[in-house]
Amino acid sequence: MVNTTIDLGRGLVLRNPVMTASGTFGYGEEYTDFVDLAQLGGIIVKGTTLHPREGNPYPRMAETPSGMLNCVGLQNKGVQYFIDTIYPRIKDFDTNVLLNLSGSTLEDYVKGAEMVNELEKLPAIELNVSCPNVKQGGMAFGVTTTGISQVVSEVRKVYHKHLMVKLSPNVTNIAEIALAAEAAGADSVSLINTLMGMAIDAEKRKPKLSVITGGLSGACVKPVALRMVWQVAKAVKIPVVGLGGISNATDAVEFMLAGASAIEIGTANFIDPAVSAKVAVGITDYCKRFGFQSVIELIGALEC
Amino acid sequence: MKQVTDFILVEKRDYGRSVLLRLRAETTLPDIVPGQFVQVRVDGSPNTYLRRPISIHDVDFGNNEITLLVQQVGEGTRHLAAAKEGDIINVVLPLGNGFSFPEKGERCLLVGGGIGIAPLYFFAKVLGKKGIQPVLLLGGKTETDLIRLADYQQLGDAFVTTEDGSLGEKGFVTMHSVWTERQFDKIYVCGPKPMMKAVAKLAAETDAWCEVSLENLMACGLGACLCCVEDTVDGHVCVCKEGPVFNTRRLKW
Repeated sequence: MVNTTIDLGRGLVLRNPVMTASGTFGYGEEYTDFVDLAQLGGIIVKGTTLHPREGNPYPRMAETPSGMLNCVGLQNKGVQYFIDTIYPRIKDFDTNVLLNLSGSTLEDYVKGAEMVNELEKLPAIELNVSCPNVKQGGMAFGVTTTGISQVVSEVRKVYHKHLMVKLSPNVTNIAEIALAAEAAGADSVSLINTLMGMAIDAEKRKPKLSVITGGLSGACVKPVALRMVWQVAKAVKIPVVGLGGISNATDAVEFMLAGASAIEIGTANFIDPAVSAKVAVGITDYCKRFGFQSVIELIGALEC
Repeated sequence: MKQVTDFILVEKRDYGRSVLLRLRAETTLPDIVPGQFVQVRVDGSPNTYLRRPISIHDVDFGNNEITLLVQQVGEGTRHLAAAKEGDIINVVLPLGNGFSFPEKGERCLLVGGGIGIAPLYFFAKVLGKKGIQPVLLLGGKTETDLIRLADYQQLGDAFVTTEDGSLGEKGFVTMHSVWTERQFDKIYVCGPKPMMKAVAKLAAETDAWCEVSLENLMACGLGACLCCVEDTVDGHVCVCKEGPVFNTRRLKW
């Protein structure tokens, strides 16, 4: 028997290291035909802002080699709608349900976090300070140490459960940003959000995305994500949650060896809607194969 | 219930730019209604990362078979079209919502343009089983676009337009004489967006109720990624989950 439990701190305990990334798994309901949610450590639901947002115009997606760009732009119905309508539907899922919370002002983040703090079956939020697709989106906070310190410390004052902070890769030194989040009171950091990119239709001489640039995700970003997870895990003491192009159990194990305590599956859910549960099984198989008693032994076990 | 299933390609027919793929599953098919679609994984194509949404052309529940018409529009669909009989093709199905069924006695017109004729075959077949004989109006650029025309003609009165006049009346579907000669209560459309918009306008002028099947660029196909949105009176909604079939009154066309 392999012990797959991962304790990320402040009450967030995962039955295994596998979660699904925000914006790729809806509210979980979209995937219940394919995945028994009880086989996952957690699901992180769609990026939610204090006020409803219509998101960016169509087209919002462009396929790229081994990946895709998106510029959805945080389309969502707002925190109150989440609390009133969505939370009651998903709160009894047999897995951890985390809310990805985004904003464009400090006040929005604080108010949103305050509103969900009392939700009994929401053990954590993933603070999205890294969405590249919104003007004055969270990324403005996520790309400087002062910005991230400010938003994390203010949210920390009102949010008393597990506070995970999702980091942007669109920075010069991600370890510095992670350290600032840790110092401001984050319980964990997750990385990476999408990499800013662009796609052009040469025939039409036009951008493929409505707002020209978008966030790159999918298998193509994995080496960048892995490197950043490794750098951040060496720098901080809080747990690191790794994501970026994870498509199978081997990818997931690589992130854990680089120092991640847990992982998120994102774009791969689009190619195989059942992949997340398969990754969870595959991590256990890997542990059995190498005689690890617990998945914790994988964390940072990279031999350099 | 939706499922991911490995199908075997049991028959492939070449129609020039398009191919017909008949796929058989080893397991029982889920319920599928006309107008729904599948997401097909494209293997062995390095630049094709995402699945390809394809409408369901026909279903044979007895043999656990679905049939797809795939037009080669890019690298992904070219790879799909190059599949060989016996190949395994991985499919997520069924996705989205189908066409609304008419009431008995309502006069139905099914309008297809180009490869958009594909889902109308299954729809017309199911309508026939329910005792409703639809009228079909099928348009293409040229004669060879009208794939399986003889089979469509078995399912109801079928009228044809081609832009080059090689078959049927010359011009677009909206120019066909059937619009002046007959009246319809319900009109169902699948084809290129400009064509669907033109038909929707014509339907509105005759006070007919009209449904269209959209095919916006998709990633997940499940309503999770919010990439394939269409602007509607209810805001941005996912074509994959709330569509692909929409009543034109809901669209901001």
